[in-house]
Amino acid sequence: MSALRVMAVVATRGGLPTAAGAELLGLARRLCAPGGGEVSALALGTGAGEKLIARGADRVLCAADGALADYESERWTTLAERAAKHVRPRVILLSHDSCGADLAPRLAFRLDGMVATGCVAVTLDGDSVTVERPCYGGNAQEVVVLCALPAVVTVRHGCADAFIADDARHGEVTALESAVPDARARVVERRRESGAGVSLEDARVVVAGGRGLNGAEGFEALRDLARQMGGAVGASRVPCDLGWCPHSMQIGLTGKTVTPELYVAVGISGAGHHLAGCGGAKNIVAINTDAGAPIFKHARFGLVGDYRALVPALARAVAAMKAAGAA
Amino acid sequence: MHIAVCVKQIPNPEIAASQFRIDEQAKKVVPLPGAALVMSPFDEQALEAALRLRDNGMTVRVTVLTLGGEGARAVLKHGLAMGADDAVLIAGASPDSGNGFVTARVIAAAIRRLGDCDLILAGRQAADGDAGVVGCGVAEMLGVPVVTFARSVEAKDGVVRVERVVENGFDVIEAPLPAVVTVSNELGKARAPSLRETMRASRKPVTAWSVADLGVDAAQFAQDQRRCTLARLFIPVDAGRCEFIAGDTPEAQAARLVQRMREEKVL
Repeated sequence: MSALRVMAVVATRGGLPTAAGAELLGLARRLCAPGGGEVSALALGTGAGEKLIARGADRVLCAADGALADYESERWTTLAERAAKHVRPRVILLSHDSCGADLAPRLAFRLDGMVATGCVAVTLDGDSVTVERPCYGGNAQEVVVLCALPAVVTVRHGCADAFIADDARHGEVTALESAVPDARARVVERRRESGAGVSLEDARVVVAGGRGLNGAEGFEALRDLARQMGGAVGASRVPCDLGWCPHSMQIGLTGKTVTPELYVAVGISGAGHHLAGCGGAKNIVAINTDAGAPIFKHARFGLVGDYRALVPALARAVAAMKAAGAA
Repeated sequence: MHIAVCVKQIPNPEIAASQFRIDEQAKKVVPLPGAALVMSPFDEQALEAALRLRDNGMTVRVTVLTLGGEGARAVLKHGLAMGADDAVLIAGASPDSGNGFVTARVIAAAIRRLGDCDLILAGRQAADGDAGVVGCGVAEMLGVPVVTFARSVEAKDGVVRVERVVENGFDVIEAPLPAVVTVSNELGKARAPSLRETMRASRKPVTAWSVADLGVDAAQFAQDQRRCTLARLFIPVDAGRCEFIAGDTPEAQAARLVQRMREEKVL
């Protein structure tokens, strides 16, 4: 068994790892904890080297070229391949998002290893890497042993604790040669929605609506409640596919993964593919007309009834509580 | 333009969680009696993307291909009924191995065998394994560009233009053909074939190839099969600790919920 090396592809924002990036470093550190090992962080488009060492990396490979800050499949794949050939890790960790889910398979094929996406747990077992991941739209979970190395793994947000930052940690920052051949697939435009309000991924409270809202109008009541609670509004897949709300609000296996303190699920039955995106919430409150809806099996609190009456009533109750607290 | 669309036959992903069963010994999903297998919805949308190019006036030939046994013909017939011109069934490799390397190796070989594919489309992931690996793998093996998670696909003058879904919007990406594009649910609903189209498709031929026909290197194939093993497949256990909040009126329910959330420090 060779020395354990784990490489994490860490996204950064404002010179610090994102919450998801910090979780990867925490997970990498924990994988190395039993018998020792080296954690490398690959950070593209940033000079955040020291900050990543404080958060768990022993070695940081940086390509500070600002043009790399936004994900571009071919350039990132080439650079990640270069970094991996330099580090020769047994495990490569990425966040399961639109970047990681694109980069991980490409990298695995380039490195002749193996890949597993959307994992909720990663453990080491001798030379092989064992992952646990939801499948069948979240109805099932599988445990897979990855025998070919490196094991390239994307990890869902909220499945690992970040490493407590320690500025006394020492490590080595290496500049990665960032020149790459011209990409064949080029990003010609990046369209982003104006981020009014709290972003779903960062929100402490998420109020989400499903098929049970019966139309776009239902989201108005959800927005009022979210405003009262200082939260963001999301949705399951059906309202997005039916055009009641934009797909950027979609939470689930193929949408965003959110890990708020409180998740209010309104008119959401709780299909596995939705729970894959919100199951990491600390507390779920479910509002549904059907007391047998699977969402209640995952909820801390449940209200059975018509959301059209319950959601406004809840918004008023929260407002009254805040007013009482302020008085 | 010749478009190859990779499709997979899967258990209907819309069945209720309460009806979903697993044989943990066999590490397999127990088929629901009477429930037909279907084309993975993301693959249906990949085929839809190809057919929309034709709707927009482009001359396209669409070939649907799948891995599987005789039963997988049904999914090809569905593709033909939706509007594909040709269908290819590849026997000799299980698409259910959960091993994207095996599937990608075989599909890449089949694409080479087809010879003149300009655009290769697939769903962003199969709705059973939910891995999303094969599209990228095919592209890497063929050495062509790949764009994942498309919500729209246009092609002109040897270039494919894709709107790629990201967390808070989309990127517009252009790539020279040939290229692989994986399609996401944001593309919108796939067309449903009429009865007449379904009848006509039932008479269309399906080309049958085997992995051996495709010249896949046997040693490589065996090595691919050893890349991973499925240790366990199970249904996660629910926590089941929900506290239902009752009340005479919605106001009473809401007030009680806020009170309980404060007591439990949820709020």
